[in-house]
Amino acid sequence: MAKMNMLQAINNALDLAMAKDSTVVCFGEDVGHFGGVFRATSKLQEKYGKDRCFNTPLTEQGIAGFANGMASQGMKPVAEIQFADYIFPAFDQIVNETAKFRYRSGNEFNVGGLVFRTPYGGGIAGGHYHSQSPEAYFAHTPGLKIAVPRDPYQAKGLLLASIASEDPVIFFEPKKLYRASTGEVPEEYYEIPLGVAEVMQEGKDVTVLAWGAQIEICQKAIEMAAAQGISCELIDLRSILPWDVETVVKSVTKTGRLVINHEAPLTGGFAGEIAATIQQRCFLHLESPIARVCGLDTPYPLALEREYVADHLKTFEAIVASVKF
Amino acid sequence: MTNPNNATISTVHTAEFTSGHALQIPTLRILQDDGTIYPGAVAPELDKETALKMYHSMSFIRVLDERMLAAQRQGRISFYMQCLGEEAATVGSAAALDDKDMIMAQYREQGALRYRGFSLEQFMNQLFSNEKDLGKGRQMPVHYGSKDIYYMTISSPLGTQIPQAAGYAYAQKLRGLANVTICYFGEGAASEGDFHAGLNMAAVHKAPVLFFCRNNGYAISTPANEQFKGDGIACRAVGYGMKAIRVDGADILAVYQATKMAREYALETNEPVLLESIAYRLGAHSSSDDPSGYRSKEEEEQWRKNDPISRFRLWLLAKGWLDDEADKAQIEALRAEILDALKVAEKVAKPGIEHLISDVYAEPIPELERQLAELKAHIRKYPDAYPITSGRMS
Repeated sequence: MAKMNMLQAINNALDLAMAKDSTVVCFGEDVGHFGGVFRATSKLQEKYGKDRCFNTPLTEQGIAGFANGMASQGMKPVAEIQFADYIFPAFDQIVNETAKFRYRSGNEFNVGGLVFRTPYGGGIAGGHYHSQSPEAYFAHTPGLKIAVPRDPYQAKGLLLASIASEDPVIFFEPKKLYRASTGEVPEEYYEIPLGVAEVMQEGKDVTVLAWGAQIEICQKAIEMAAAQGISCELIDLRSILPWDVETVVKSVTKTGRLVINHEAPLTGGFAGEIAATIQQRCFLHLESPIARVCGLDTPYPLALEREYVADHLKTFEAIVASVKF
Repeated sequence: MTNPNNATISTVHTAEFTSGHALQIPTLRILQDDGTIYPGAVAPELDKETALKMYHSMSFIRVLDERMLAAQRQGRISFYMQCLGEEAATVGSAAALDDKDMIMAQYREQGALRYRGFSLEQFMNQLFSNEKDLGKGRQMPVHYGSKDIYYMTISSPLGTQIPQAAGYAYAQKLRGLANVTICYFGEGAASEGDFHAGLNMAAVHKAPVLFFCRNNGYAISTPANEQFKGDGIACRAVGYGMKAIRVDGADILAVYQATKMAREYALETNEPVLLESIAYRLGAHSSSDDPSGYRSKEEEEQWRKNDPISRFRLWLLAKGWLDDEADKAQIEALRAEILDALKVAEKVAKPGIEHLISDVYAEPIPELERQLAELKAHIRKYPDAYPITSGRMS
């Protein structure tokens, strides 16, 4: 075990993946010698050479298309999109190509092994072009897998599982935790399975569900609730697509209440999908309406970020309202 | 002094523009309409077997296109796209490749596919989206693909294969393979952002790709002069620091020669090359299109004289490699063979219900299994409404 922050854990995962498998290749804008604007690919070019870790021109659609082509040849490209806010020029390549490669060819070709790594989310005073959480757009696309880690240990295990996956994965990294989140991380190779949620804390009154950077916000809210005698069950969804319906159903069947928290705007956010599924599966167990604590339906603000975000106080209020309903 | 701008600085002291048409790329022509070689030109080295394979691929596609457009008009298939007038461009280029060079096509490259060895039955199974289709009946007609013969499955969105070809070829290079990737697209698709992305990345990362632009004059109804203002597409290569060559796309010897040279260069240097074939899309864009709304019969007739097949046929006859009567008989036999294959393929069953969810992921995710089970229960309740699958569900 070693103490690492999330960037170090990601860098360590990439290092192990590249050492283990010569078909793993990392690229993206400023990813080469510089090691990426956040340094996630630091020293990888030095260690594995310019052929396997390199800068690309400034073209997200090109990066995604290049990655699709490489993966279809059988290699495992780990392509970095510098900010999730800038993933949209690659939307066609990801949604129409990456996601459908295996299906449309009848399994003649596939892009398993392809991972798009991209920093997402707020909390770094980034305004609306350095703070977005676009997971829901991609969650609407059959063929993709989507994972979001909450801490360094999770980041390493989920990223290694993504690279090993036979399906293409978008790996959203909560950038505000890159350096802020630290913890003990095994130095050896390990995977955390995709599509499996984790019950982080058991409770009996209400289930609180989140992923990525919102987990620590929910932890604060849960502490406040505990002080008022409310017992919360906390679930980290970890994978948005496919998502672990059974774990959430089991929890809500027990607690009868669900509060979902995400950074992205409310309307069309992934919480809506979860709420629809859970009301169907747990209708007779529900004691109160499923609550969503999300960003406002506005672009991500700058000066008024604190007001906008789905913070611990809003989450606490939703928990209390759910229990008192 | 370092050169951080990566631009050559040759100084002038008077403001002067460089013309947007400063560069005009010549067109390679080897074979004349009468089947003889242009004075001063040299025919590429071609053995009889290869030359005949090229010819038979072209004539096969010509007959297939004619027959399948008719089948679409009869309502037997939903959609079709001919390559009339462009047979030489795709067959001639495919013939210059190694069998393991990857082909990433747009959708009008059935000539290359046939040359690679896609069988009549495989064509038919795809066109009828039956259970023997390699693509499992998921894509509209003409979206062919086969891993065995290194032909990437066609994708409808235009130009997406261009940066993919860069990535594929880069992977070939990293693996140390002595192979290149050829990437076909039209002059219309060259307006897509993926064109710029793909060519720039291939050049910067030294990927051995042959970017093969089929400039056929039209993108559905939009003529090339409403698509771009530069001199064709080939001149853009210079902007990417890439070699370029333009050929008469109805001249199979010129196409073969240019592609062979480009392949050798790409393999030797790992640099991409941009080829531009100048030809004419004699048919409609697709079975859903009617060119009479946007171009004249006179224009079409003028280009019809430029037929890529008859030219090559004359060359083969003159060489004594082809017998006129035997060839005519063979084409008649081919018509019958195609009709027979069509009749067989249209009777083959559609893919089973399990292929609704297979291949979305390597293994179906639990939610897909649940949805399929729910759907099957529904089909069992209303079997008459779902005749393709209701009688054959496990």
